[in-house]
Amino acid sequence: MRRRPNYLAGLGSLVWLVVVGFPLYVLLISTFRTRSSYSSEGPLSFPEHLTLKNYVDDFSNGFGQDFLNTVIVTVSVVAIVLLVVPPLAYAIVRAQGRTIGTVFRIFLLGLAIPAQAVIVPMFYVISKAGLYDHLIGIILPTAAFCLPVCTLVLTGAMRDISNELYEAMAMDGATPWRVFWQMVVPLSKGGLSSIVVFSALQAWNGFLFPLILTQSESTKVITLGLYNFQTEHGVDVPGLLSAVVLSMLPIFIVYLFARRALVQGLMGVGGK
Amino acid sequence: MSTSSLGSGSGRSARAGRRAGVGVTRPGLVWAVPATVFFLLFALLPLVLVAVLSFTSWDGVGAPTFNGLDNWTKLLHDPVMTQSIWLTLVLTVAGVVVQTPVSILLGVWAAGHQRNRAVLSAVFFIPLLLSATAISVVWRAILDPNFGVPSQMQWLFGDGNLMGSQSGAIAVLTFVGMWQWTPMHALLYQGGARAVPQVLYQAAAIDGAGKVRQFLHITLPQLRNTMITSVILMLVGGLTTFDTVLILTQGGPGTDTTNSAYYMYQQAFKSFDFGSGSAIALVLVVVATLISLAVVRLSGYDKMRGTTEGL
Repeated sequence: MRRRPNYLAGLGSLVWLVVVGFPLYVLLISTFRTRSSYSSEGPLSFPEHLTLKNYVDDFSNGFGQDFLNTVIVTVSVVAIVLLVVPPLAYAIVRAQGRTIGTVFRIFLLGLAIPAQAVIVPMFYVISKAGLYDHLIGIILPTAAFCLPVCTLVLTGAMRDISNELYEAMAMDGATPWRVFWQMVVPLSKGGLSSIVVFSALQAWNGFLFPLILTQSESTKVITLGLYNFQTEHGVDVPGLLSAVVLSMLPIFIVYLFARRALVQGLMGVGGK
Repeated sequence: MSTSSLGSGSGRSARAGRRAGVGVTRPGLVWAVPATVFFLLFALLPLVLVAVLSFTSWDGVGAPTFNGLDNWTKLLHDPVMTQSIWLTLVLTVAGVVVQTPVSILLGVWAAGHQRNRAVLSAVFFIPLLLSATAISVVWRAILDPNFGVPSQMQWLFGDGNLMGSQSGAIAVLTFVGMWQWTPMHALLYQGGARAVPQVLYQAAAIDGAGKVRQFLHITLPQLRNTMITSVILMLVGGLTTFDTVLILTQGGPGTDTTNSAYYMYQQAFKSFDFGSGSAIALVLVVVATLISLAVVRLSGYDKMRGTTEGL
């Protein structure tokens, strides 16, 4: 069949390009302006003098510390997810009996528990555990809230491993442990990278748990830094926007190099 | 349960395997224990606690004391609470109505073979990477009536104080929500559209159906399941919109954009009335759980189907 370009859809996609591109343009050029040029020339015109001062200032305003905290949180959340989800998914796909079905249903129900709904008791639990204002107090709930989606995605990936392979491994007399390491893990690489992408994105962009569960400068993460920056120095828009750009830089670099994997990961998050 | 958990790879050989009595090694329940315990502690225990706390009075520092139905009767007579529920519904419905058509069109477009598709869709999906915080902060700066874009485009924005009225603030929240979430739903629809069998289009083309009729009579009906998943995700997301409200409007002007999630945050963490906050949270939990049950039922996840079809 001959493929004709679909002009209507093409036009629509160009409209969306403007909708997405325009704010990104304003965001980027604003970061290279001085504060005074932002208020005098306005956000749209191309700045007369470009400056990197905003970026330098961000670091003297503690961005480095926020960045480090966010890295610690993200790495830890991904580590926890990778530690507990693959064995769980393996059990869901392969274990026998009714109990495991109940476990799977519990995680499915968890899909729709909004973090806001449990934030008050979370504050209670974390305070009682003495973890308030510690990074570990953000890491644990963030990881827990990644589990339902990650379980769903990885279960889907593991379910595609054919039964013949399990039978072949069984013929060789492999233990569940060996089956897991030598077959299930290597064959579900796609699902594993999806859950890494998803949990890393969640942890990197997380806002509610840090907002409620920390208060000090020393435990501040990037998103909270942006929020505080806006409430405290609301007038310094170029400073604020340059911090936004810095906050998305790592993810953007990953996106440039691994767009396909990232998009597949995000698609998996949708469930289908 | 036990039959379908044998795997979706090849049903016939799975049955044959069982008949032949091949002893396949299976993991025990112990493999599920770490994740389950962790999840129970940090997601489900708080869920139970929120119900308990809704019957207590707690200032966040001392010990919670039971006060019976006080929080609930107070909420019933609280005009802000009633308004916040109404607002939550308005924001949720507006989100679904605005995002669904845009994401279907974008997703179907991205599933096709247009020129420059790869480059364009790389740009389209950038909002997926940004935190809600970053998105809200950027839009707030851009829409600032004095120093933002409206001050330079008065022909379009008038006095530019978009967030100064209730309808304006709701429009801004809906628009920013669309900006943030459309790419994600477009991805879902892209997956759905790719899974539509090409034969259907070929048959329609032979019958002389044009692009528009093909879209209306083949693509849309075929996307029904994707639509269910997507709309339900939008509903849960809409019910719990929080970050954007906190940063863009602070629930204002007045309490004009105070939705339930934001009101819960205000009651608990601003007014230190954690009991009332818990009661509002419990309402959110119940509604979200009902919706999640709908997800499980309607999407067929509970039948343990393979989930990679359509990717």
